[in-house]
Amino acid sequence: MELHILLIFMIVSALVAIEVKDLLSSVIAVGATGFALCLAFLVLKAPDLAITQLVVEILCLIILIRATIRKDIPLAIEGRWIFNTVATVAFIVVFLFFAQLALKELPAFGYPIMAVVKRYLQEGLAQTGAVNLVSAVILDFRAFDTLGEATVLFTAVIGIMAVLRRPGRKKER
Amino acid sequence: MKKALLDNPRCGMSVIVKTITRLTVGLILLYGIYIVLHGHLSPGGGFAGGVIIALSFVHLMLAFGKDFAITKFSPNLASYLESVGALMFLAIALVGFSGGAFFRNILSKGTPFSLFSAGTIPLSNIAISLKVGVGLFAIFLALVILEKSKEEE
Amino acid sequence: MTLYLLCLLLFCIGLYGVLRKRNLVKMIVGLGIIEYSMNLFFVLLGYRVHGRAPLDARNQDILNMVDPLPQALVLTSIVIGLGVMALIIAIAIRIYEKYGTFDITKIKRLKG
Repeated sequence: MELHILLIFMIVSALVAIEVKDLLSSVIAVGATGFALCLAFLVLKAPDLAITQLVVEILCLIILIRATIRKDIPLAIEGRWIFNTVATVAFIVVFLFFAQLALKELPAFGYPIMAVVKRYLQEGLAQTGAVNLVSAVILDFRAFDTLGEATVLFTAVIGIMAVLRRPGRKKER
Repeated sequence: MKKALLDNPRCGMSVIVKTITRLTVGLILLYGIYIVLHGHLSPGGGFAGGVIIALSFVHLMLAFGKDFAITKFSPNLASYLESVGALMFLAIALVGFSGGAFFRNILSKGTPFSLFSAGTIPLSNIAISLKVGVGLFAIFLALVILEKSKEEE
Repeated sequence: MTLYLLCLLLFCIGLYGVLRKRNLVKMIVGLGIIEYSMNLFFVLLGYRVHGRAPLDARNQDILNMVDPLPQALVLTSIVIGLGVMALIIAIAIRIYEKYGTFDITKIKRLKG
């Protein structure tokens, strides 16, 4: 039940973040969504994810506010809003209808299949010695995933350095 | 020179923020290191701990201004440490070849529930935390340096 | 089932923000919302009724833990999301410097 409340709160704050005119308010509303997501992770018994989401959300908010704080431009009012609203609602209805058909194939909420993970749970402590099984999965059983993550993060840092580097001085004539 | 930067009212925020920062930033850094070192025993690990370490330096930079943070942690040191983290992770992976496979956990497992256990997992956690923490701090540094260099023009 | 559908509704809201809004910051916010919804969907798939958090305890008998595999995948995905978000923000700041606006319909010389 508390998950439903958290998800509805997330949806409302996401709508506010999309629709509000002020850019700073939009960024703060998306921060509210992120913190609600952190609480939802805690309810879903994922404490590692809750810690990570909390700190990542703070850093993300600092960067977003830094980007928008001095550039507060009011948005222009866009036309044809009746057509657009109808199209959006129609798309969401169609999407959710087919999603509901597809989701019938999944196992019910709360009863996952856990074919692979059964072995990790039984032998994880004996094989790796790590008490935290999430840590055992990301750094021992599936460490290639983490290696790929490190590569992606390295590429992102290099990309940011390349985009934001100080422009070279022009030669004086 | 450092003292002058520390007390200069021009750069950074007000005196209240600076005093509170002086008290709390060490605790935040210590908490991040705790999260990293106990990653195999309790929730947390290299990712969360690395981001907390990065946040402590971001905190320092927001409170005291860019120049003071750079004296503590220069961009060159950041790029150096990030490479060290990536290479350390790869080295741990390669050492596994001596046991037969990439990423094999070859060190002794130790007794469970103690700090020195789980073979290479704590070492990998330290490498990941260096990589993630310094990488994110470098991102923030690049954004701030761009902002300042624009103002100077 | 209702939870999955609510999660997908959140995805739709993010998609609406990306496709419909003309401001770059609004598009970035929409992308962030899509990322949140997908992370939540993965973790919802691994939840188990009356399960414990995936931490071993001394003298445990029953292994009714939640699924640690989606949690491990999402843990890397969150940090990657932060890196990608920072990259997009850097590009948006550069666009603002060059053209003086976040409105994508006013950026006309994008082709070169």
